[in-house]
Amino acid sequence: MSERRDTRGAERWIAICFAVSILAALGLFAVYAAGGQTQAEGALLALALGGIGAGLLLWAKRLMADIPHETQPRHRPPGPDELESAAAAIEGGVDEIRRRRFLTRMLLGAAGALGLAALFPLRSLGQAPGDSLFVTDWTPGARLVTADGELVTADTLETNSFTTVFPEGFVGSADSQAVLIRVEPDQLQLPPDRAAGAPGGLVVYSKICTHAGCPLGLYLAATQELRCPCHQSTFNVLDGAKPVYGPAPRPLPQLPIEIGDDGVLHATGDFTEPVGPSFWDMPS
Amino acid sequence: MIVRRAVDGIDERLDATSFVKRNLRKVFPDHWSFMLGELALYSFVLLILTGIFLSFFYVASSSQTVYLGPYAPMQGQTVSQAYESVLRLSFEVRAGLVMRQTHHWAALIFMASVVAHVVRVFFTGAFRKPREISWLIGIGLLIGGIAAGFSGYSLPDDLLSGTGLRIIYSAVLSIPVVGTWLAFLLFGGEFPSSELLPRLFVMHILLIPLLLLSLLGAHLAVVWHQTHTQFRGPGTTEDTVRGIPVWPRFALKGIGVAFMTFAVIAMLGGLAQINPVWFYGPFVPYTAPAPAQPDFYVGWLEGLLRLWPNWEFSAFGHTVGELFLPAVVVPGIIFTALALWPFVEARVRRDTAAHHYAQRPREAPVRSGIGAAGITMFIVLMLAGSNDVLAKYLLIEVDTLNSVLLVLLFTLPAVVGLLTFWICRDLGRRGTRPIENPPRVALRRKGDGGFDAAHVSPASPADREDVP
Repeated sequence: MSERRDTRGAERWIAICFAVSILAALGLFAVYAAGGQTQAEGALLALALGGIGAGLLLWAKRLMADIPHETQPRHRPPGPDELESAAAAIEGGVDEIRRRRFLTRMLLGAAGALGLAALFPLRSLGQAPGDSLFVTDWTPGARLVTADGELVTADTLETNSFTTVFPEGFVGSADSQAVLIRVEPDQLQLPPDRAAGAPGGLVVYSKICTHAGCPLGLYLAATQELRCPCHQSTFNVLDGAKPVYGPAPRPLPQLPIEIGDDGVLHATGDFTEPVGPSFWDMPS
Repeated sequence: MIVRRAVDGIDERLDATSFVKRNLRKVFPDHWSFMLGELALYSFVLLILTGIFLSFFYVASSSQTVYLGPYAPMQGQTVSQAYESVLRLSFEVRAGLVMRQTHHWAALIFMASVVAHVVRVFFTGAFRKPREISWLIGIGLLIGGIAAGFSGYSLPDDLLSGTGLRIIYSAVLSIPVVGTWLAFLLFGGEFPSSELLPRLFVMHILLIPLLLLSLLGAHLAVVWHQTHTQFRGPGTTEDTVRGIPVWPRFALKGIGVAFMTFAVIAMLGGLAQINPVWFYGPFVPYTAPAPAQPDFYVGWLEGLLRLWPNWEFSAFGHTVGELFLPAVVVPGIIFTALALWPFVEARVRRDTAAHHYAQRPREAPVRSGIGAAGITMFIVLMLAGSNDVLAKYLLIEVDTLNSVLLVLLFTLPAVVGLLTFWICRDLGRRGTRPIENPPRVALRRKGDGGFDAAHVSPASPADREDVP
């Protein structure tokens, strides 16, 4: 008696679940027709799907509880005789083919050659690297511009501040991006051959981190360090951008610049080293 | 009546009744932990359904265009067509945002279920002979899932995903001898190349799903063929499988769980914002977002990159980049070790027998200890992958946090692993139900008021057999 009441109760709940699902689905029509609303769509979709899910689960759990557990044998591994006969069948075929040794070798050769030939289209996937990792768009005489394309002069920057610069005509160039930082000239400790490239405390480094290639977005003015937002590699601006913290292994390449007669800064060449993360062909 | 006629019709042509009958009566053992793999399967189904919808609107092109859509903060900005199409999908296509967010949440839940499923199989020894093939396919699915997720969240061409791609490019570049060529062939030239987005799109909607689908089909077919493992229980033996038949109860439950999974993910997709690319802004090669975080299943790799020392090697006048070890070698070792685990364990245990019982973690204390240590290591690395955010909330310097995490990376897994080992070993000795049948101790009061353990009776040996 109580079992039947249980069943009736379960049936009612399952029906309610499906009814909720139907109503929610109708609600979805309405929301969609009214122009759509993300939150309402999500909630109604959840109700429509969840109603079906809950109904089915209740059905399986409450109305099918009397389906008994069964025990079945597991898949049996083949016996030694079966294995033996299967192996013999395969080997028989192999022997039949192998008998023609010359033809077998020719066939293998043809398959190998075809495989090699099939590799060649992979070459079409990209250009040869060539020297593209060694050069950027900076050339002797290229004038420095900001990301907005404005020319940079010797007094664009206050002391102890920085800006992103590009060669004129190449704003946004991924491998030419550089940071111009102005520091007190007597604080700079560059190697003698690079000191001339940083006139009046204006020094330019590649903006690409030598670790994983992220743009160095953070200038810590207090310690005069550049920090990468990705993995926190930190470079000492005063000391030739040597890495002082984090996973970056190499200093940032420096871009030698000059102050022109008109006050506009321009490069005197490309970066001192390849920019960005190290690669196999980079001289060590 | 209609069903009967359909079955007859099919049977007359395919002679399928014995096959159908056998498989509909096939029994599956019931345990909550066997559902984790199902969750992965159902979220994968949802990924395909929502993904098809998204693919109709996404434009895989990095050509620049001026944004003129309804999202005011971005109006007039130059963005890529890919980014614009994602904004259009989010703000203009009706039901587009709910589909997009559901897709992203489904990916996260897919990966979480796959990881939980791998963990379950590991700790219960369900990978043991004859199920090593399922394990290998499963590891393939795990790696394929990471690739699918990464290629997917790189498609919107926003600032965050562009930064992730740049890091992968740099990692490929660091591979000795072939790295430069490989990076140029994979990425279509020096980063960022205009070939990249179309290529990622094909990978994400064709190659990787095809791979995942084939692996998934093989995975399920093998499970079906080999029958499922089960725990010891009343009426079970090693040679039989005990459970409820597929049709109708098990199937109804499975479909019910599928719909519940869809419901939860759809709710997240509607109510919980995820990957709001309009906040990150379009990809610009000379800016990086701070703080930047990948999705959780890539977090441990990111943590590895953040904690790894700045070692760089030179060989024969060439350079082996810093990234090579943490981004290529170490993950390679981790996945290889994971894939080979069943074979290594069988070799160490000299175990060539087939096993159909799932073990309790306490039955293999060494394995459980190593597993717990591994999970701890991944958690520490994941925390390291968000060290900048963490440092902000903890109000400490990132550098300090890194030092702490580095110490934790080496100590915590050892501590957790040993602790797990001890607990499992002890539980194993006490049997499955130590409280029902506890060791009895008779105490005798001594003349000076103290106590004396007079007699200890250990738990009965029968209890060790896990027979309730």
